[in-house]
Amino acid sequence: MISRFLLLLGGALAGVASLASAAEIPAAERRSAYELMSRETKAMQDDDTANPGTLWVLDGEALWGTKAGTADKACADCHGDARQSMKGVAARYPAFDSARRRPIDLEQRINICRTERQKASAFASESKELLALTAYVALQSRGMPISIAADRMVEFLDVGRSLFHRRQGQLNLSCSQCHDDNWGKTLAGNAIPQGHPTGYPLYRLEWQALGSLQRRLRNCMIGMRAEPYAYGAPEYVALELYLMWRARGLVVETPAVRP
Amino acid sequence: MTDQRGTTRRDVLKAATALAAGAGTATLLTAPADAAPANAMQAAIRRVIGEAPVQPGKVTLDIPPLVENGNTVPCSVVVDSPMTATDYVKAIHIFNEKNPQPNVITMHLGPRAGRASVSTRIRLADTQTIVAIAELSDGSFWSASTNVIITLGACLED
Amino acid sequence: MARALINVPAKAKRGEIIAIKTLISHVMETGFRYSNTGQIIPRNIITFFECTYNGEKIFSAELHAAMAANPFITFHTVATESGKLEFTWTGDNGFSASETATITVE
Repeated sequence: MISRFLLLLGGALAGVASLASAAEIPAAERRSAYELMSRETKAMQDDDTANPGTLWVLDGEALWGTKAGTADKACADCHGDARQSMKGVAARYPAFDSARRRPIDLEQRINICRTERQKASAFASESKELLALTAYVALQSRGMPISIAADRMVEFLDVGRSLFHRRQGQLNLSCSQCHDDNWGKTLAGNAIPQGHPTGYPLYRLEWQALGSLQRRLRNCMIGMRAEPYAYGAPEYVALELYLMWRARGLVVETPAVRP
Repeated sequence: MTDQRGTTRRDVLKAATALAAGAGTATLLTAPADAAPANAMQAAIRRVIGEAPVQPGKVTLDIPPLVENGNTVPCSVVVDSPMTATDYVKAIHIFNEKNPQPNVITMHLGPRAGRASVSTRIRLADTQTIVAIAELSDGSFWSASTNVIITLGACLED
Repeated sequence: MARALINVPAKAKRGEIIAIKTLISHVMETGFRYSNTGQIIPRNIITFFECTYNGEKIFSAELHAAMAANPFITFHTVATESGKLEFTWTGDNGFSASETATITVE
């Protein structure tokens, strides 16, 4: 798994590392999947008192102030009021981690704080606690435009881009074929979105729960009849980085509601 | 809530007779071509509201005619009623036609409600008819029904 | 306790009809789904919800498996006097949750 990722990375370095790509949706045409939803589903997202994602956000707010680990510290002890300290954070993730010399996503950043600062055990992927905290942190960027500073992450961005364009699985489909070339058309009764991760973690009606971008990407791959990567695989972070960069300019909607 | 006996032939005949008695306006409760699911819903309706006739009217059932996902379907019911101490809505019942179980929810109101307007989110397994029945303080029953088309997204977990 | 979100206006005029929105975290497992190994996943739903206003019942509901997960119910009541609204949910496997809200009626 790691060796395959390194192969892709090597391939990206060997080729021309460029930020722009011809197949990309022009900035003026970039749309959030929110616009494709029915009136009722939009209403569910717009009203915080009716948005099921709010339940997780409230849990996250409680966790933010709860002491944990042998260091006996809460997030609040270092970061104070999340409404100030976390403003804009989710809008620029995945971000480059200098210690690890690679991009990390918001869930990984939270777990790094858990283990290294709070000296507590990491939250499991897709656990209620991790989703709640990620949703609470990401909420603080709601309404802000996504803005990824890709300068130190160009090679990883290229890996993400190549994964997005790679034909895979039994259907020999790439993400790009649906989400770049055929967005707006209908597939199995629902409109194909452009695939911008503007509202993660989000409440997917299909899951009847809040879930992460990784969970959604796994759904994509299973839907394409391709083998999904393991949770936490570097391919996901590269894809998330590329998708967030591709969505630049669109605003954060967390916690979004999607079918 | 669930009848231990299940739906017996006796229940169906009783229901049919009661329906025939109030047949003038109760067209929505006659069995359509696909009789089996509608019978389960009719039987559930009879178990909840008894033998009284049900007339279409007074009830507005607001459900989107086409939904993106059957797991969470917003559903509102408004009943035309002054909601005074002597003339009010006692209960609103919602039934479905094709889920494994025909009951959805029964809501108990009263004159203190001020307005007979409720809303909730329901789960629908397939494209089907939803029926909302209002029980008034004078013992009368009124209904509305809507057909909802359920679509399913692509790229799911399994 | 399960996380719940109640929306009641903090203030209302006497006689005003107010809308009350309630949302509670619950999986509402129908009892009709199968696990990966072919076993029925047992039913686990909220079956009853009630709201009282200064001790008097103003709304209640019996819920069935056809209710969506994280049940959302909104209803109306007349703001009669200042006081406390209490919300209780009960269900399978001894599930129980409650929330309160206060209202000032002028």
